[in-house]
Amino acid sequence: MFEWKWDFVWEIMPRLIEATGNTLLAAGAGYAIAVVLGLALALGQRTPYAVVTFVVREFVEFIRSTPLILQIFFVFYVGPQFGIRLSPWMSGMIAIGLHYACYLSEVYRGGIESVAKGQWEAATALNMTTAQKYRRIIIPQAIPPALAGMGNYLVGIFKDTPMLSVIGVAELIHTANAIGSENYRFLEPYTMVGIIFLAISLPAAGLIRLFEGRVRRKLGL
Amino acid sequence: MQDLSRFPLELTGDDVPMVRFQQVRKSYGSLTVLDNLDLDVAPGEMVTIIGPSGSGKTTVLRMLMTLETINGGVIYVDGKPLTHMPKGGKLVPANERHLRNRRADIGMCFQHFNLFPHMTALENCMEGPVHVLGLTKAEARDRSEDLLELVGMIDKKDQHPSRLSGGQQQRVAIARALAMRPKVMLFDEVTSALDPEVIGEVTNVIRGLVDEHNLTMLMVTHQMGFARDISDRVCFFYAGRIEEQGTPADLFGNPQKERTQQFLSAVKEAV
Repeated sequence: MFEWKWDFVWEIMPRLIEATGNTLLAAGAGYAIAVVLGLALALGQRTPYAVVTFVVREFVEFIRSTPLILQIFFVFYVGPQFGIRLSPWMSGMIAIGLHYACYLSEVYRGGIESVAKGQWEAATALNMTTAQKYRRIIIPQAIPPALAGMGNYLVGIFKDTPMLSVIGVAELIHTANAIGSENYRFLEPYTMVGIIFLAISLPAAGLIRLFEGRVRRKLGL
Repeated sequence: MQDLSRFPLELTGDDVPMVRFQQVRKSYGSLTVLDNLDLDVAPGEMVTIIGPSGSGKTTVLRMLMTLETINGGVIYVDGKPLTHMPKGGKLVPANERHLRNRRADIGMCFQHFNLFPHMTALENCMEGPVHVLGLTKAEARDRSEDLLELVGMIDKKDQHPSRLSGGQQQRVAIARALAMRPKVMLFDEVTSALDPEVIGEVTNVIRGLVDEHNLTMLMVTHQMGFARDISDRVCFFYAGRIEEQGTPADLFGNPQKERTQQFLSAVKEAV
């Protein structure tokens, strides 16, 4: 039977901590892409042009209905056939950012639709342009109800970063695998990876709730 | 396509109305809400629209604010077409640019106030002047503070709408609309959502505007006493048309049409 070896844990911790940094970086960068692109995808479904709405809508549905891992493979392995050669990091960020952008666009859409019709009318009565209505009136009110959903996907993207190990991004799972194969011991590295994920996810969820409350108060809602 | 050739490109002459509805038609599917409406409002005039619900009175204001499109006819504001624009010597439906241009003459207050909840009272008033009219923050602040003073809300200027009562919110909404310096003000049932004891604080503000400002105003209301007090003219709407109109004294004191009499006696009983 395996026994738990603390010595081994201390020995591998520096590598795991370094990999944690990569995991956080991947999650953060992917999320940053998703937050911006998601808004564009949400607004893209609200233009007066039916064709644009249809194309964006179908694109979002397509991405949401296919596995993330397939999308990662596609960007990394199929891209070069079309002359698009990207590093594992770059491919991973694009795939994961795009994937979550589609989920976030639905969250934004819900938030935008929750803003009362009277707010649009008041903005029209002040003679605002469509861009001003979104920027000044609608989006600031759409974000607070969307924050809970946005927070869920932040934790979600963090937990999905191990998928990037399949194309060689040195995040936690990738590093744990490497440590395991080198030492023929998997118990400690995998257990520690689980604990690291838990130690980050749990407080993050709490912090997001706190942040949500603060934003609501700040906006006087 | 309707034939627009009989509508003038511009209204000219000595007494151009501030607002003209000419043969305006509005329908939702097969339901006709307004049926060839003709209505002129003179500069500085206060016209009140009364009538049973579903008679199309709110639709009149919403069309004028361009919140609703129209299905026929033309609306003119200050002599120029609002819903249409001249192109090649004839009128064509207005594009967004034309609407943005013409809409600047019109301001509106709503039944449910529609203040922006993420802004303070002062920020609500400054929003349009800064971002639409291009005033500096300082200019917009001066103008907004003057107007909040006028509506008696200056001491609450830094409060968010959620901290204000309905009557207070409506007074801020009036200040917000006035801050855009419109030529025409629209009041759409502005007291209908208010508790009875605060209706007076809003009607007093509107009364002040009538007395001291040369604004053209169109108002939809269920407050018959208020309409009688402040209107230059009252229009009774029934089934999408003006059934009867006249001075408050004539319309309330001596209604000619049977439907007007029925409506006014029904309203009287309700009070």
